[in-house]
Amino acid sequence: MERFSFIFLVAGLGFFTLAFMVSGWIPMLPVQDLEVRTVEQLAAKPPVTFVELGEQYPEAYAKAFPGMSSQEAFAEALKTGHKVYIGEACWHCHSQQIRPWGGDEARFGRRSFPEEYHNELNMPPLWGTRRIGPDLIRRGGKQSNDWHVAHFFNPPDVNPVSVMPSYPWFYEDDGLTPNKKGLSIIAYVQWLGSWIPNLDETVYEVPFLEETFPASTVAGPRRPVATEQDAAPEDGFDDEGDVWGDGGDAAGDAAGDAADGDDDFWGDP
Amino acid sequence: MAETSLADAAAQVPMTDTTPLVEKKLVKFHIMSAALWFSIALLAGLFYSMQLLQQWPLPKIEVLSPGRIRMIHTNLIAFGFLTNSFLAMLYWTVPRLTGQRVASKTLGWIIWGAWNAIILATYIGLHMGEAQAVEWGETPVWVDPFVVVGAILVWIQLYTPIVRSREKSMYVSLWYFSAGFVWLGLTYIMGNFFPQYLVAGNAAGPLLGLYIHDLVGLWVTPMGWGMMYFFVPIILRKPIWSHALSLVGFWGLAFFYPLQGVHHFLGSPVPMFAQYSAVISTIAVEIVVVSVIINFFMTWRGSEGALQRSMPIRWFWLGAFCYAVTCLQCAFQVTLTFQQVIHFTDWVVAHAHLVMFGVFSFWTFGMIEHLWPKLTGNEWWSPSLRRWFFWLTAFGLGIMFVSLTAGGLVEGFMALNLTPRETILQSMRPFWLTRTLSGLSIIAGWSCLMVNMVATARAKRAVSHVDTEYSPFETVEDEEVSIGAV
Repeated sequence: MERFSFIFLVAGLGFFTLAFMVSGWIPMLPVQDLEVRTVEQLAAKPPVTFVELGEQYPEAYAKAFPGMSSQEAFAEALKTGHKVYIGEACWHCHSQQIRPWGGDEARFGRRSFPEEYHNELNMPPLWGTRRIGPDLIRRGGKQSNDWHVAHFFNPPDVNPVSVMPSYPWFYEDDGLTPNKKGLSIIAYVQWLGSWIPNLDETVYEVPFLEETFPASTVAGPRRPVATEQDAAPEDGFDDEGDVWGDGGDAAGDAAGDAADGDDDFWGDP
Repeated sequence: MAETSLADAAAQVPMTDTTPLVEKKLVKFHIMSAALWFSIALLAGLFYSMQLLQQWPLPKIEVLSPGRIRMIHTNLIAFGFLTNSFLAMLYWTVPRLTGQRVASKTLGWIIWGAWNAIILATYIGLHMGEAQAVEWGETPVWVDPFVVVGAILVWIQLYTPIVRSREKSMYVSLWYFSAGFVWLGLTYIMGNFFPQYLVAGNAAGPLLGLYIHDLVGLWVTPMGWGMMYFFVPIILRKPIWSHALSLVGFWGLAFFYPLQGVHHFLGSPVPMFAQYSAVISTIAVEIVVVSVIINFFMTWRGSEGALQRSMPIRWFWLGAFCYAVTCLQCAFQVTLTFQQVIHFTDWVVAHAHLVMFGVFSFWTFGMIEHLWPKLTGNEWWSPSLRRWFFWLTAFGLGIMFVSLTAGGLVEGFMALNLTPRETILQSMRPFWLTRTLSGLSIIAGWSCLMVNMVATARAKRAVSHVDTEYSPFETVEDEEVSIGAV
C-alpha cells in the first residue's frame, strides 16, 4: 500500500474518478434529455425591450448591429452582453439562482428550475456564490431601458447606497448614448427570465416546469414579444405557448401541435 | 516494473557526480515571483474592498474595472502566489525526500518561465475583460490548454524523482505530492473544459462546484499538508507524532474531499440527493482532518518554547490553529440550516480568507521565513521586522475574519427577514470599513517582509547564515538527506 503506484492509481486516479461519477455524472442524468438551446434559438423572438432599444438609439444600434435582422442583432447582443457580464464579474455580486429557502422566493419569485439554465448562455452556468446586489435570473423587464441606461452609467445616481461600480465605457463619449457594450448588456439583462411565462404560485411542489405547466395553462410570455412575424395573421392559440418561437418552421409546429396536443411549451426540436 | 529499471539506472550515477541535490536558484526564483504576484493580489483586494465603500480609487478606467480587479485578486492568490510557492517548496523538499534530483534543471527553468507566463497572460486577459465564468478559474479560455501543458510538465519534472526513489517507504509528504500533481491536472480539465464546451446548466453546475472545491482541496490542501509535514519536524528536530495518523489523514482526504463539490451550490436546482451527499461527506471529512491537527499539535507538544525562538514554527502554529477553526466552521456551515442564512453573504468570504490566507498562506510564510536565509546565505536582516510582519498580518486577518463573519450574519438574517436591500447595504458599511482597515494592516505586514527579504538578499548586515539543518555537501549518495531516516 505504501508504494507510489498504489497511491497514484487508487488515490490519484481512482478516487477522483469515483467522485466525478458520483457528484458530477449522476447529477447529470436527470437533465440529460433537456435540449440545450442555442443563442440563435433564444433570439428568435426578441423581447419588446430590445426593439425599444433600437428605436431609442437608432444610430448606436445601427453602428453596433449593422445590417442585421432583428433576430441576428438580438443574438449578437446576447452574446456580447453575456461576455461583458462575465468579463466585468457581474456574476460575482449578482446570483442567478433562486433558492427554495432563505426568503429567496418571497424576494425574487419561484425557485429556479433546471430548464432555465439549459442554453448556451449557461455554459458555464452563472449561478454565483455571492449576492451583494439582487438576484438577476428573472430580472428582465423589471426596470425600463431608461432606468438601465442611467443605472449602468453611475448606479449611485439612481440608488444612493448602491455599491455597484459605474461603467462609463458602456457609453459613447457624450455619456448619454450606450455603445455596443451598453446596448448588449442591457439587452442581456432585460432578456434574463423575460421568456418565462407567468409562474403560478400554487404549483411550487413539482420540480420540472414541463410537468407543471401543460401548455393549456400557459398564458404566454410575461411580456409581449415583437417581431416582424407578429404582423402575420394569427393562426390560433398554439403560438402563444411557443415561447421559443422557432418561427421558421411554423408548419412543423402546427404538425407537432396536432400530434401531441398543446404540449409545445419547450418546442419540438 | 518500470520503477525497478529506473532505480537501477539511478544507481549507475557515477559517484563523482557533485551536482547539488537541490537547485537553490530555482527555489529562490519561484519564491520571488510568488512574492511579486502576492503584492499585486493584495493591492487588488484592497482596491476592491474600497469599491464596496463607494471609494473606488481609479474611476473611469476600463481595464481597471472593479469586477476585473476582484477576479485578479483570487486568481493571483491561487495560481500566482500559492502555486509558485508550492513549486519552490517542491523543488526543495522532493529531492530531499527521495534522494533524487528532479528530472531536469533546464525543464525547471522552462516550467518557471511557462508558469509565470501563464499567470501573466491570465492577469492581462482579466484586465481585458476576457474572463471565463468559472470561479477560482477565471483564466481566459485561450490560456486554459497551456495550464494543462504546464501541469503535465510538472508531472514529468517531479514524478521522476519520486519514481526513481530507492527509499523503502514513502514519507507522508510524498503521498500528498504524488496524488496532488495528478489531481491538479484532472481538476483543471474537469472545471475549465467540461462546463465550457460539453455540458450546460444543471449538468455543468455540479462540475463548477467540484472545481472550486477541488482546486482548494486537491491541490492547495495536499501541497500545504505535505509542506507542513516536511518543515515542522525538520525545524523542531524531531519526528512527527504519528506516521499512521498522517496516513489516515491522507486516505480520508483522498476519499471524502472530492465528493463534496456540490456543497457550493446548496439550494440550486441540482438534485437534492447530490446536495445531501455533499453535505454528509463534508461533515465526514472533518473527522479526518482532525487527525492532521492532532498530529501537528502533538508533534509541537514538548517544544512549546519554539514558538518564541522560531518564527517559522510560529507561522505553522498559527496556520494550524486557523485550520482547526476553519474545519470546525465547515462542519456547521455546510448544513442546510446554516446555509439558509449565510449562503450568499460575507460569512463565506471570511471563511475563504481564513482557509486560503490564514492556513495555506501562513504556512507558506513559515516556509519563506525558514528558507530565505538558506537561499541567500545571509541571516535575516531585521528580526524586528519579522515580528512586525507576523503581528500585523495575524492581527489583520483576525480582524478581517471577525468583521466579515459578523457582517455575513447581519446580512444573512436581514435578507431572511426580507429587509430592503438598501438597508442591508447601509448596515454592512461598518463591517466593510473594518475589513478595508484590516487589509491595510495585512499590507503593512507584507511590506515589512518585502523590505526584509530584499535587505537580506543584499546582505546589508554581513552575518552569514550557517545551515545547520541541511548539509551543503549532500549528494544523491547521501543517505542522511532523507527525512525517512529521521
